[in-house]
Amino acid sequence: MKKEILFSLNGIEVSVFVLGHERLIDVLRKHLSLTGTKEGCGQGECGACTVIVDGRAVNSCLYPALEISGKSVLTIEGLQGPEHRLSVLQQAFVDCGAIQCGYCTPGMILSVKALLDSNPKPTEEEIREALQGNLCRCTGYVQIITAVKQAARHLLELS
Amino acid sequence: MTDFRFIGKRISRPDGPDKAAGKAHYIHDLKRPGMLFGKIKFSQHAFARIKHIDTSKAERIPGVKAVITAQNTPEIRIGFLRDNFALKKEKVRQYRDEVAAVAAIDPDIAEEAVEQIRVEYEIQPGIFSPDEALQKGAPLIHENDSRGRARTDNIVPIKFHHESGDLGAGRRSAKYMVEGEYSTPLVQQSCMGTAGCIAEFDMNRNLTLWAKTQIPFLAQRDFNRALSDMGLQDKNTRVIVPTLGGAFGTGLDTHTYEYITILLAFRTGHPVKILYSREEEFAYLSPRQSSQIRILQGCDSNGKLVFRKVEVLQDNGAYTSWGATYPSVMMLPATSLYRVPNVFFDARLVYTNNTYCQAMRGYGNPELTWALESNLDELAEEAGIDSYELRRLNCNLPGETTPMGLKISTCGLKESLESVVKKIEWKKKHKKGKNRGVGMASLIHVGGGARIYKSDASGIILKLDDFGNVYVYHGGVEMGQGLHAVLTTAVAEALGVRPEKVFINPTDTGTCPWDVGTHASRGTFMAGNATLLAADKLRTKIFELATDVYPREVKKSLEKYRKKNPGYQPPEIDFKKAARLENFDIKDGYLSIKDGPAEPWLNLELGRFLRAVHFRSQGQMLTAEAFYDPPNELPDFEKGYGNISATYVYGTQGVEVEVDTETGEVKILRLTAAHEVGKVLNPEGLKGQIYGALAQGIGYALYEELKTEKGRILNPNFKDYKIPTIQEMDFPIDLDFIEIADEFGPFGAKGIAEPGLVPTAPAIANAIYDAVGVRIRDLPITPEKVLAELKKLERR
Ligand code: FES
Ligand code: FES
Repeated sequence: MKKEILFSLNGIEVSVFVLGHERLIDVLRKHLSLTGTKEGCGQGECGACTVIVDGRAVNSCLYPALEISGKSVLTIEGLQGPEHRLSVLQQAFVDCGAIQCGYCTPGMILSVKALLDSNPKPTEEEIREALQGNLCRCTGYVQIITAVKQAARHLLELS
Repeated sequence: MTDFRFIGKRISRPDGPDKAAGKAHYIHDLKRPGMLFGKIKFSQHAFARIKHIDTSKAERIPGVKAVITAQNTPEIRIGFLRDNFALKKEKVRQYRDEVAAVAAIDPDIAEEAVEQIRVEYEIQPGIFSPDEALQKGAPLIHENDSRGRARTDNIVPIKFHHESGDLGAGRRSAKYMVEGEYSTPLVQQSCMGTAGCIAEFDMNRNLTLWAKTQIPFLAQRDFNRALSDMGLQDKNTRVIVPTLGGAFGTGLDTHTYEYITILLAFRTGHPVKILYSREEEFAYLSPRQSSQIRILQGCDSNGKLVFRKVEVLQDNGAYTSWGATYPSVMMLPATSLYRVPNVFFDARLVYTNNTYCQAMRGYGNPELTWALESNLDELAEEAGIDSYELRRLNCNLPGETTPMGLKISTCGLKESLESVVKKIEWKKKHKKGKNRGVGMASLIHVGGGARIYKSDASGIILKLDDFGNVYVYHGGVEMGQGLHAVLTTAVAEALGVRPEKVFINPTDTGTCPWDVGTHASRGTFMAGNATLLAADKLRTKIFELATDVYPREVKKSLEKYRKKNPGYQPPEIDFKKAARLENFDIKDGYLSIKDGPAEPWLNLELGRFLRAVHFRSQGQMLTAEAFYDPPNELPDFEKGYGNISATYVYGTQGVEVEVDTETGEVKILRLTAAHEVGKVLNPEGLKGQIYGALAQGIGYALYEELKTEKGRILNPNFKDYKIPTIQEMDFPIDLDFIEIADEFGPFGAKGIAEPGLVPTAPAIANAIYDAVGVRIRDLPITPEKVLAELKKLERR
């Protein structure tokens, strides 16, 4: 039996009919064709599917679709700025060489976004902690850390 | 050195913004109208005779469009030795063998249908190690070869052998020698984007395949052969490569799942997609091969290496992929890392009922270098020579030809050793630490292509439009490594346009010229050289046309300029003289005459020039193509001789570790990697290649291992198969790029995609020995192994 869920997605109210076993990632990728959220394992082990729910970074592959009712979801599609421009955070990833194959990137960026929203001046340890659930096979993480630091700096300058 | 406009400058990769925005489309994101979802039934027995397959229940499930087995589809043989089948008919030889497949309107229905397929087997005892497989009377994994000839043993019929100098004499002249046996595990490439493809036939019965491949053109050849096995003679496959979520060697073969998708698409008349889950990726995709390597090498009383004997035993698994040819690369370090006059190398590949393997970054080199560089430290210890001194003493030199016939054009080994010694504070720290130690290891790898196939070439087409944009058609594959950034930079530099005006087309066998594949760190070297050739042709065409068009157009510019600037007096220019073929230049997208006066109207925007050439009677559009085939040779692998690459790279890594003697835990304190690169083309991209490779090298050294039991993978997930997380990469890394421009390299550059993970494991092992006196010869170096050795030491 399908059930209707209502929630806010990237600032817009949406309604979707879902099956009981479906996950938030299915709502995004399958029902809404928002393929920016990636599935890397489906088991909560890689972080590729990370989105932000009510300000917290979560694995959308573990998140039951029914539980999203009434909540507010931010995906990578909701991050880009006006007129088709990257956000400061996304731009930092591009500029610092933090992206290779890019498969981990949307999830990685949303984990960073959740971190910087709550902690605008994170230490390197705090960055590592926030990203420990996001696997990247390509970069060795070094330039990702540089990107996070650069983004944090730029965001502080702007605010 | 020439001044470059874009080469070596910080230019962001062109695919970065879309990837950052979640707008890059991977196979996971692609859909075709009417597309069905395929799913494979795997045998889950390592060695068995198939007695019966019952698909009736699966077929009755609503939404199921086809259920196929070897019984109801044409036989498709695949693999390097054509010893594998898309679907298995009589026998399964590995736990992951494909026995049936389903196409359905929904992935869940396909999965349910696969579960409803019943297979009856007659189970046979399997063979799970090369040693067992080599025993007299061992059951044959394959009773016949692909041509139906009876086989008598389990040895894979591919030979890799090398002998040079006089091993006996070398041995006699050795004052010190050390023998050791080293082993490496099965390792999963662990692309974050799992494997998958979409197959679609048109009504002319030609096939389009969206594939996660690194070899679109060799894949086309393989798939066309399969089409002809399916009765579709003379039909064609168009291979399109979507954005890849990593590849690391997994795309160097065509895969059973691809052939199965093709069969399903043909059977149903719909496009079909098969996508592996993470568990399937771990359990049913080919990993990096395991190896056992025995090395004996010796030096004279001064530390000069006098001989080396290397014997490799490789568990091939049940079938043979390109990955079986790892020894073709193993030969490089075996014969050509350090100067050693008398060398023996031999590799044996053995069939077992384990999973068959395939390529992974480094392709045999990390395995052999693991053994070689560990053993070299042991030899230094035996001879009482500092292991850095031993390496320095036997250092390769530019201009030498190695025992394998490798022609070393440029060589930065000496520089890389010196860099590491300085940065890791070798003299201060080596043999000093209590539970802390430093270690180093070096490498050689191909850096100028690698001829392992009849052709090692790469083609390119550069197409100009009416607006001064350049469209690039190149058969190489962007899999994350940054090929498109290199192409963009190289095209902009060589042609004289801005990088924003360069557009890289998706890799597609229907539009791009042939390329052997993106492997062997050849992408940059090939794309760069092909670009230089094509850009040169294009510039010549432009300049030829410019002799006539340029003066006319700039005179129009001058008119306009005069109207805007009344009273302006232009300098006298003799266009007959100035507008000569060899006097033109293009810079930042403007055509101009060399050494002309700095008048703005003399810079003719390329788009305007191209329109002038296009929109006239008998107008034309400009395109140039080039096909670059490097000056290297296909070695005779049975003799182990031939200059496989146009140029080679050397490098050294040094590492400092701390070993917890209570737990056996190894902590990396810092790492320094000095690599010769010829010329840095894209600094951020290059760093990323090395950082990423280092992380993979560390995983290989310390924890990555696919565990198996009777051919079944026991840890098919990231919880039980650990790859480095950001928490493990928590130490300072110092990169040093040694730039010695190579005559064959584009802008002097060499390939550098793989070397970063080649010497990491032995450098770590050598550091552990320095720290606590424990020598681990079996990767990965787990705390349990370290602890066990520490206990042994105590008891002594
Ligand atoms: S896909 Fe959700 S954690 Fe991997
Ligand atoms: S960029 Fe490829 S997995 Fe992170």
